[in-house]
Amino acid sequence: MRRSPKDALESARGITRRALMLGGAQVSFAAVLALRMRRMQLEQADEYRLLAEGNSVKIRLIPPARGLIYDRNGVLLAGNEQNYRVTITREDAGNVDSVLTDLRHLIPISDDDAAALLAEFKRRSPTTPITVADRLSWEEFTRVAVNAPSLPGVTPEVGLSRIYPRAADFAHVLGYVGPVSDYDLSLIENPDPLLGIPKFQLGKLGVEAKLENRLRGKAGTRRVEVNSTGREMRELGRQEGTPGDNLQLTIDYQLQNYALARLGNESAAVVVIDVQTGDLLAMSSAPSFDSNLFVRGISSANYRTLTEDDHRPLADKTVQGLYPPGSTYKMVTALAALDAGIISPEDTVRCPGYVELGGRRFHCWKHSGHGRLNLVQSLEQSCDVFYYDVSQRIGIDKISEMAHRLGLGIRHDLPMSAVAEGLAPTKAWKQERYGKDWVIGDTLNSAIGQGYVLSSPLHLAVMTARIASGKAITPRLVRSVNGVEVESPEIPDLGLNPAHLAAVRAGMTAVINSGRGTANGSRIVAADWRMAGKTGTSQVRNISAAERARGVISNNDLPWERRDHALFVAFAPAEAPRYAVSLIVEHGGGGSAAAAPIARDIMLFALNGALPPLSAYPESQRGRIKSQQDTLDLVAPETASGGKTRS
Amino acid sequence: MSYLEHNLKAVPTGFRKIFYLNWPLIVLLTAVACVGFLMLYSVAGGTLDKWAAPQMKRFGVGMVGMIVVAFVPIWFWRNLSTLAYVVSFLLLVAVEFFGSIGMGAQRWIEIGPLRLQPSELMKIALVMMLAAYYDWLDVSKTSRPLWVAIPAALILAPTFLVLKQPDLGTAILLVMGGGLVMFVAGVSLWYFGTVLAAGVGLIWLTFESRGTSWQLIKDYQFSRIDTFLDPGSDPLGAGYNITQAQIALGSGGWAGRGFMQGTQSRLNFLPEKHTDFIFTTLAEEFGFLGAFSLLALYIGIIAFCLHSALTNKDRFAALVTLGIAGTFFLFFAVNMSMVMGLVPVVGVPLPLVSYGGTAMMILLMAFGLVQSAHVHRPR
Repeated sequence: MRRSPKDALESARGITRRALMLGGAQVSFAAVLALRMRRMQLEQADEYRLLAEGNSVKIRLIPPARGLIYDRNGVLLAGNEQNYRVTITREDAGNVDSVLTDLRHLIPISDDDAAALLAEFKRRSPTTPITVADRLSWEEFTRVAVNAPSLPGVTPEVGLSRIYPRAADFAHVLGYVGPVSDYDLSLIENPDPLLGIPKFQLGKLGVEAKLENRLRGKAGTRRVEVNSTGREMRELGRQEGTPGDNLQLTIDYQLQNYALARLGNESAAVVVIDVQTGDLLAMSSAPSFDSNLFVRGISSANYRTLTEDDHRPLADKTVQGLYPPGSTYKMVTALAALDAGIISPEDTVRCPGYVELGGRRFHCWKHSGHGRLNLVQSLEQSCDVFYYDVSQRIGIDKISEMAHRLGLGIRHDLPMSAVAEGLAPTKAWKQERYGKDWVIGDTLNSAIGQGYVLSSPLHLAVMTARIASGKAITPRLVRSVNGVEVESPEIPDLGLNPAHLAAVRAGMTAVINSGRGTANGSRIVAADWRMAGKTGTSQVRNISAAERARGVISNNDLPWERRDHALFVAFAPAEAPRYAVSLIVEHGGGGSAAAAPIARDIMLFALNGALPPLSAYPESQRGRIKSQQDTLDLVAPETASGGKTRS
Repeated sequence: MSYLEHNLKAVPTGFRKIFYLNWPLIVLLTAVACVGFLMLYSVAGGTLDKWAAPQMKRFGVGMVGMIVVAFVPIWFWRNLSTLAYVVSFLLLVAVEFFGSIGMGAQRWIEIGPLRLQPSELMKIALVMMLAAYYDWLDVSKTSRPLWVAIPAALILAPTFLVLKQPDLGTAILLVMGGGLVMFVAGVSLWYFGTVLAAGVGLIWLTFESRGTSWQLIKDYQFSRIDTFLDPGSDPLGAGYNITQAQIALGSGGWAGRGFMQGTQSRLNFLPEKHTDFIFTTLAEEFGFLGAFSLLALYIGIIAFCLHSALTNKDRFAALVTLGIAGTFFLFFAVNMSMVMGLVPVVGVPLPLVSYGGTAMMILLMAFGLVQSAHVHRPR
């Protein structure tokens, strides 16, 4: 508007004053901004740098390759295969539900699995990648990889997964790996960060579990730059981890395979051990199962089949199964008596068929009695009365002491799950366990391997090997680690009188090679491979008074689960022992009929290194043996795949 | 004969006006815009096409617009002020009914091929309106209640509409920009003291309204305030912007990570990296040196405007120059304070640097007014 010069001057002055105030305020505020910049960018720069580093650079673990496991000849028993899988990270995915729905258009995920996954996403930390699909085909994998940019949080990965080429033969020895569970983590103090990787494979059972720390290896790390959706932009650095140690077991895969095949449909177990070194050449428990099923996540139907089978395929009967050793224990009683000086090898005992003790009769298996017997004859014919008589004179504690010396009733240090301790009872043990005094009847029962005495096939194999070699061998399962032989300490002598051992061995030789021996039918006729052994039959039932009155019922008339266990231990060659075998057929009936023939075949296979020649068998049996050999389903011999040391 | 008309003979005419433009100001504006192009090039991952090239085009068009505006005599613009205000106001009303949705708020209106943000227009129109008002008003009446109520109403009416969109940032800028013109025009300081007190009361009332039926601002605005007060409370949610911005800014250090080397911004850690948060990229890649230099350029622009206003004896010209410079100051001051965590996150772009068409063009037109005032000042 029109304004007088005076007004205009007034206006200009006013504006100038206020403008200068404003300008001052603006400059002051700009100074505040500058100071703030200075503080953040100069004084606190290092802090922010650190934060920025954590923001964009993430440390990712490189899972190491799990150590391989070979048999004693270098044949692969546990390897790793490439596994294409897809993971989702909730933090990056945002809406997991919709991402999963999109993903299901590309790869098959069942409704049940999808529901389970959504539950898992809620449970786990948002930064943990969850494996949503595993073992994809190459086509499925590439389909996901191509579409990954439009699937936030989805990462296609190539990982390694355990595979067992000889799953059934080695399921019990090797055990299996499976995804880490919360329960597993709760057991471990300071768990390796590797275990935080979802579905990281951890040994759950057997060698895989016991030697987990050797097999796992050390994780490598990758420094990767990621964007805010978690997708890797580039790799900044890489530090390779160390793969797990490769193990070579003492087991011979061919013998193991043969042993399991030979056990057939029985619920049975066999251990073959080198009597000089303690190397375990075979440890087969039948029936077996496919350990690969567990690696992949076994279906509940399959699992139920395994758990409901009365032959207990999941149990490793070689080390976990405890049985009364029956007559195979008589060598212990015999050696205890000889060592205590109670008897000499030539002393005889008369067997009238029973022993009367405190108004109770203890029968010999042969009710008519054996007549007068010396030690060798008592073993040969497995006379019970001989041992009833001897045991009363030495007492239980001396017997159990000898049992421990022979490797019974102690837990052998093997990298396998639930290795049983067994039991060689003493007076003190019974007092502590049951609060009752030891009675003489207990001693009599123990003397023939019944009553409280318990042992696993492993125990009996060690016992047999110690008797055969006279040395205190210990069982050994791992032969070398990364190609370096595991050093075994000098094997001490048992400290038993060689004459006593010779007498027991003579008795065992007679069991098989004498016409009156209990296992004469299972003899080996090849002169270099003659076998020495002992049969055993252990009761799983208490014979009731009524049953006793009617007389002993034939095993075949009983239901399977009430039949006797058939046992057999042996070493060969009788004159220069190399291998010992112990074998049990659960509810198989008598040891001589059910166990000894199988043990002989396995022993011959071990001695021959291949299917035994028919010439090793008595002529009358060859036809039957031939047809039986033809029906066995065996693996073809294989050359070592790992280039490892061969035996 | 007015003082202005009296001195008209000294005002340059025709193309000679080009020599009388405030050239240092143009150089500074271009310098700031160039910083913007550089940053947009960088945040786009080294491509021009994404943001930098369109921004350059708009800057070119805006510069031409600025010169055109500058060539038109300032009194023409003064006479147009009321019309500009009324049109802007009507557009704001229109946006309330027909506006399209952008960024969760109604801010845009489309007239033919033109996509307009009336609230941007209003920032300048309000400054013009108030400057014209005080040019018209007798200086002695400036502090009288009735004559203070009128400009207050002129400010609050559009503010209310903008707040309803809702656009807190623009609303604050309108109130502060308008208040700034009133301040410069000489309104008694008592009024400002009173308004300040009332403002504090209003903030209190706003917090009181939370969760009630008459809640004054939207939930997301509340959450932004919450996270401003404690960004750590929700580092991956609403506090994400602030935390990431500060990490980017702070990690720049003295000289920065180097051009195109900013890991934070290029790796998508920053939201709105090309718009409201572009300053963080600059601070990260060029460090304190870069950030401070930009601040210095801005202050330079303000200084030249202030000098131009102080040497201008025309009341409207001086007021409009100071008002526009003040609004410009508010833009960058609020934006920088926001990314540096001094004030809550409100949607205010960094002037001439942030990607955005309307904002930049309108700002350059506004500097056209400053130029026009400069060229056509009474001598």
